[in-house]
Amino acid sequence: MNTPLVSLIDAGKSYQDLDALKSVTMYLNQGEVMGLFGHNGAGKTTMMKLILGVISPSRGKVEVMGMAPDSKAAWHSRTKVGYLPENVSFYEQLTGLEVLSYFAKLKGFTKGRAKKQAIDLLEQVGITHAMKRPVKTYSKGMRQRLGLAQAFIGEPKLLLLDEPTVGLDPMATRDFYQTVDQLKSNGSSIILCSHVLPGVEQHIDRAMILSTGQLLAMGTLAELRQQAALPVAIKPSGLNGSLANDSRLNGFLTANCPETLLVPEQEKLSVLRQLLSHEGLDDLHVEAANLEQVYQHFLSLHEKQHELSLHGKQDESGERKS
Amino acid sequence: MRQILTVANKEFHDGLRNRWLISITLIFALLSIGLTYFGAAASGAVGVASLSTTVASLASLAVFLIPLIALLLSYDSFVGEQESGTLLLLLTYPISKSQLLLGKFIGQGSIIALATVLGFGSSAVLLYFQLGDIEVLTSFSIFIFSAILLGLSFTAISYLISLSVSEKSKAAGFALITWFLFALAFDLALLALLVGVEDGISQNGLTQLMMLNPADIFRLVNLSGLDSSDVNGALAVAINASLSQAQLFTALIAWVALPLTIAIFIFKRKTL
Repeated sequence: MNTPLVSLIDAGKSYQDLDALKSVTMYLNQGEVMGLFGHNGAGKTTMMKLILGVISPSRGKVEVMGMAPDSKAAWHSRTKVGYLPENVSFYEQLTGLEVLSYFAKLKGFTKGRAKKQAIDLLEQVGITHAMKRPVKTYSKGMRQRLGLAQAFIGEPKLLLLDEPTVGLDPMATRDFYQTVDQLKSNGSSIILCSHVLPGVEQHIDRAMILSTGQLLAMGTLAELRQQAALPVAIKPSGLNGSLANDSRLNGFLTANCPETLLVPEQEKLSVLRQLLSHEGLDDLHVEAANLEQVYQHFLSLHEKQHELSLHGKQDESGERKS
Repeated sequence: MRQILTVANKEFHDGLRNRWLISITLIFALLSIGLTYFGAAASGAVGVASLSTTVASLASLAVFLIPLIALLLSYDSFVGEQESGTLLLLLTYPISKSQLLLGKFIGQGSIIALATVLGFGSSAVLLYFQLGDIEVLTSFSIFIFSAILLGLSFTAISYLISLSVSEKSKAAGFALITWFLFALAFDLALLALLVGVEDGISQNGLTQLMMLNPADIFRLVNLSGLDSSDVNGALAVAINASLSQAQLFTALIAWVALPLTIAIFIFKRKTL
């Protein structure tokens, strides 16, 4: 329980002159769900490949279940790892059931049990009705569900899901998150890799934000909010413009949203008390910064730093010339 | 071992489902029965030709067809799965790269082998009933066995292609070039060497050069036992200095094992 299921210690991966992943240190405990966020090319997939043992780290150390995932010794633990790749199209000419049975057999199930496992999983993701049809007739959402069913084979202890909700309708997305919660309560650890999506917040324990191969921030959502120090948005109604006259409150108003107060976290309560003393107030709406805003914040901060360092270099070289 | 068989089983069923097995078998059967019956048409008679004529014409047909079919069947084995993303997924499973490759080889190799046995076997049976000569069966078993080895050799070669490129269309192009080189260009070059360069090459040297092409080894295996009147071109010269059947088969088997080993080596070093 104390040893983490996955640990990356200063792990990085370089291809020729490209640093796909700079040094990253992270731990994932048993039963923990980690959200891995970043735009395209941020190093998400590289990190997943390192954890899966498909590629070896150029530097640092990667350990999964106490072993290096790219070693022969880790061979057996692979039956306990599930992976959903970002872009996968399964064998078009096979039926959904055949595809899933094939993968179950490769995960060590005997023929009969592989088929049973496949049928169960197809039911779980809700495509039982199409299991005898070739995959080439499947819609995008059904293909995605088939991919998920594939990742769930053999009750994995560690799940790596790359963009799991792409192409899923709202109902299927809800079902998917239910499965995630259920697997988590069974003790599985999950890494959810995605662009920031609404609705993912309540299902993850911690979040990691990556950009251009660099770890920008990691922690629980509350911790990240605190680090980002983003203001809370308070929308009172029924005050009819009297806010602008309140000297204690009008400082929080911004030009582009005259009815909304943007308040730093630590002043939230005092502002709320002040608002409650206004007589006309008939409703209040308090909104903390969501994951998307936190993500945007860290990303723009990173870009600013990047620009600054570039400018710094230019200035230096400029000075040298003069 | 179980993993290899699982992959082989899947590949074999793919071959059944895509109608590869049935179409190759039909092509082989139709052509070989046709040649058996009408092979003598050139000399003015319709009916079963002599055994040596039949085997000679079958061999010259098979030497073009089998490499082409083997290359077509397997050129996209790896690059196709790489493009669709299943190759990356498979590598996260408890299956090693060599297990995956051998599984595919056994599966697709069985398709080729079975089609060869059924397709050419049918005309062997036909000929046996017509001629009632036990020699038919021995020459045909040599022919079929070497044809299978030729097919397996080009399956392994197409894995080399499939693992070395990153796009399916490129693999198709390289497969076509490979076929052209081995089936056509190589012999033309040999002939040019024989005719163009006086005293340039000895009979022995020629035979050794032919070992560089599995298609030529296949021809040597099947034609060396026949009257050289049915054989012409560079082969006729080489046959006179022929190696023993066992040596030729060893060379053919080497042409299966070597590309396969190199393919495994390339696959192990390939990053996805």
